[in-house]
Amino acid sequence: MAIPWFKYASPASFYGLAGRMVPWFTALAIASALVGLWIGLVAAPTDFQQGDSYRIIYIHVPAAWMGMFVYLVMAGWAAAGLVFNTRLSGMMVQALAPTGALFTFIALWTGALWGRPTWGAYWVWDARLTSTLILLFLYLGYLALRASIDDARRADRAGAVLVLVGAINVPIIYFSVRWWNTLHQGASVNLQGSSMATVMLTGMLVMAFAAWMYTLAVSLARVRAIIIERERHAAWVAALPREGSPAGG
Amino acid sequence: MSYWSSWHDFLAMGGYAGFVWGSYAVTALALAAEVFWVSGRRRAALAHAAIARELREREAS
Repeated sequence: MAIPWFKYASPASFYGLAGRMVPWFTALAIASALVGLWIGLVAAPTDFQQGDSYRIIYIHVPAAWMGMFVYLVMAGWAAAGLVFNTRLSGMMVQALAPTGALFTFIALWTGALWGRPTWGAYWVWDARLTSTLILLFLYLGYLALRASIDDARRADRAGAVLVLVGAINVPIIYFSVRWWNTLHQGASVNLQGSSMATVMLTGMLVMAFAAWMYTLAVSLARVRAIIIERERHAAWVAALPREGSPAGG
Repeated sequence: MSYWSSWHDFLAMGGYAGFVWGSYAVTALALAAEVFWVSGRRRAALAHAAIARELREREAS
């Protein structure tokens, strides 16, 4: 099957493609979040050790996964941008960063609220927590760097280098619970299987899927705004119909 | 199917209401704020582009 990759690498065609995909990902995100919340908050039993405080897991783990995963996707786009010098790559990095930062913040926030009843402390300078805080700072550093450079293409290149150098932090976060003695527990889910009860695991995976669909929807919607911001002098932007249709053209 | 005997029981979250609902509420607020912010951003960008176009057309004429 021939996918016209280079056609969609042009911001003008990607704008339309993204606009057609956003409603689908939005619908999938809402539907799966409702199912996941129902499983996590209603169907799943209380944990015999942690009581109901464990129900934070349905947000905490998907948010932490997305925080790391979005960074890796950004690094992929950043590398593609440096190699192929495509405009869309820098725009995608720019569009993903706020959502990645948000999920990292949510992972830290829910982690603090889970740590207090479980460990007795909102925060400890544990390897997992500290490296996740560094991830948040990498996102914020990228956004601050972009904001400080007026020329968008130069900001793309400088940002791409920062994102790629910072990517080393993601495996450090992931393996921190194995490499160091951490208060944070090890992974309950890996490629070999899971140590969780089926209903709890199902709820968590459905919520992770919802977070994934949300990220796709919101970052594609954001990249459309970025495309207009950065291509506002292009003829195709001038030819867009005046705003009115909710889905946009 | 449910482990809760009442709404009150559900909201109390076994004594962890502040921690559990504090997590869910902040997440919901953060995502709602992001959606609101993103949907306004494209409208603003389109409006900017339209103004820029009108200025160019006025200069050209």
